[in-house]
Amino acid sequence: MTGFVEVCGLRKVFDVSKPWLERTLELAPRQFLKAVDGLSFNITKGETFALVGESGSGKSTVARMVVGLLAPTAGEVKVAGVSMSSAAAANEREQLRRKIQMVFQDPYASLNPRWRVSDIIAEPIRAFGLLTEPKAIEKRVSDLLEMVGLSPLDGVKFPHQFSGGQRQRVAISRALASNPEFIVCDEPTSALDVSVQAQILNLMRDLQDRLGLTYLFISHNLSVVSHMATTIGVMYLGRLVEVSPAKQIFSAPRHPYTIMLLDAVPDLAMTGRARIPIQGEIPSPITPPSGCTFHPRCPLASERCRREAPSVISGVACHAVEEGRNDMARKRPMR
Amino acid sequence: MLSVRNLKVEFVTRRGILRAIDDISFDIAPGEILGMVGESGAGKSLTGTAIIGLIDPPGRISGGEILLSGKRIDNLPKEELRKIRGKRIGMIFQDPLTSLNPIYKISEQLVETIRAHSDMGKAQAREQAIGLLTEVGIPAPEKRIDGYPHEFSGGMRQRVVIALALCAEPDLIIADEPTTALDVSVQAQIITLLKKLCRDRGTAVMLVTHDMGVIAETADRVAVIYAGRIAEIGSVREVVQRAKHPYASGLMGAIPTLEAFEDRLVQIPGAMPRLNAIPSGCAFNPRCNRVFARCLRERPGLMPVGSSMVACWHYADGREGVPA
Repeated sequence: MTGFVEVCGLRKVFDVSKPWLERTLELAPRQFLKAVDGLSFNITKGETFALVGESGSGKSTVARMVVGLLAPTAGEVKVAGVSMSSAAAANEREQLRRKIQMVFQDPYASLNPRWRVSDIIAEPIRAFGLLTEPKAIEKRVSDLLEMVGLSPLDGVKFPHQFSGGQRQRVAISRALASNPEFIVCDEPTSALDVSVQAQILNLMRDLQDRLGLTYLFISHNLSVVSHMATTIGVMYLGRLVEVSPAKQIFSAPRHPYTIMLLDAVPDLAMTGRARIPIQGEIPSPITPPSGCTFHPRCPLASERCRREAPSVISGVACHAVEEGRNDMARKRPMR
Repeated sequence: MLSVRNLKVEFVTRRGILRAIDDISFDIAPGEILGMVGESGAGKSLTGTAIIGLIDPPGRISGGEILLSGKRIDNLPKEELRKIRGKRIGMIFQDPLTSLNPIYKISEQLVETIRAHSDMGKAQAREQAIGLLTEVGIPAPEKRIDGYPHEFSGGMRQRVVIALALCAEPDLIIADEPTTALDVSVQAQIITLLKKLCRDRGTAVMLVTHDMGVIAETADRVAVIYAGRIAEIGSVREVVQRAKHPYASGLMGAIPTLEAFEDRLVQIPGAMPRLNAIPSGCAFNPRCNRVFARCLRERPGLMPVGSSMVACWHYADGREGVPA
């Protein structure tokens, strides 16, 4: 199956060694941090693919590589069939750039405080030369502001005159300015209050319905993801441990880590359902555990898990699932 | 244990007086966990700060009283307040990295705190510190106690902060967003820990958070704060499952849940008013979908509805249960 966005064998290794002199004096070896380790997934057009995981699992690094802000160490990202890294596709990539946009986590940091909102939103239009007439740009900017639920009169204001939720709306309208087809959202609501978060999530879904957008949605919040995603990829220490349709992840999770994450979500319904207590914390990606990196926290870990890394079989990378001894996995009640 | 009566906190600014907390009253019983929820700027953290007397100018407590075990503490001289702070009221802040001093070992920070509040010797205080670390679930505490804060992970650091707050065996702990900076899996561990420790020791807790999920898991009662006022206060079950105040019920609906795949989340239009522009009458009236004439004119007080107290005119005499 080919998708609109294809990610194949993506790897990113950061060199976190000490400076050369210090290393030489202390005879310390070089150190590498495998932020993303062989990630592959496809996103079909018009769907929302969500990446979830704890901090340090490599979600944001994937987002940056997908939009081309970071060069992958190995592997490839293809959007609409065009490689984001190969030199041969440089021309086509220029054409593709405006089709890809990004919405960042912190709307306080992602908007230039010295620019008026209308200039912020017009920047992609000017940068890509989509419109040249000042009148036409002005018209487009006010349309964009209306699209995200702000008033066209807000264009003359500066970012500090807006609340967090309104700023995130500005960031979204800037992302929409170049008529993108694919938007990468890196934790778009985690800096916002719940009631504002609901407004932004609803807005993003409405825009998707109207404009046929494809989202790559990065979040650590499973409840938010359940509301947005059609397909979910669960990441742990730079690897995908489970990729499934959203409904399936929540009704019949398979990987022990997915189950653990689901159990950790505070229970608003207060059903008092039994949950597996969570053990430990995510290990350092500089010195990941051997074999399956999840084994120190996994209740199902066996000798084999400690030795060899599992490969992805029908969406799950887990020996226990493969060997059919995942009695943890169970049908969850759907309400 | 703790009673807050008609607390008012104001900030004097060049453009006039901003009332950040406007007439808040509540009680916390020993061993009880009271949750405080609300959006940023609602005044929930400020309530905690007011209780431990850490409000700095231009802010000031302009009215009301705070009683700890029946004794007023809001008008005590600074020195006496200092004795209460830490000793009888412990505090847990949001960011565990900034609440620990990065240049001192954990042992020094714990021992110093223990000795400040008791007349223990160094060795004895260290013993107790190790005991506390064991209690908060830090593995190999005899070794870890001589580590620096940066050598601990976020969750472990928050455990150390909890140990610090428990040092002097306080009667009341004010936990200000204790899990916000943590990952979900670690968050669940910390919540369980906090809950267990307070049950075991009979410590009262005021849990300030914007996360309704955390409240539902932890608290016995919950107060929903809006624009410096209590909109609804009642048992957790009552508020979470049958919120009465339109703001509280909107807030509950806005939370995406795992089980429900509805198409849209309930959204409350608009945003919380700025402190210099709080509308007259009920502060929530511009965003409320059930607003009527009286809401614009008069400010509602807390009135009993079922087992909860709700500040909404819809529940005033005879109007009770008007459907949304």
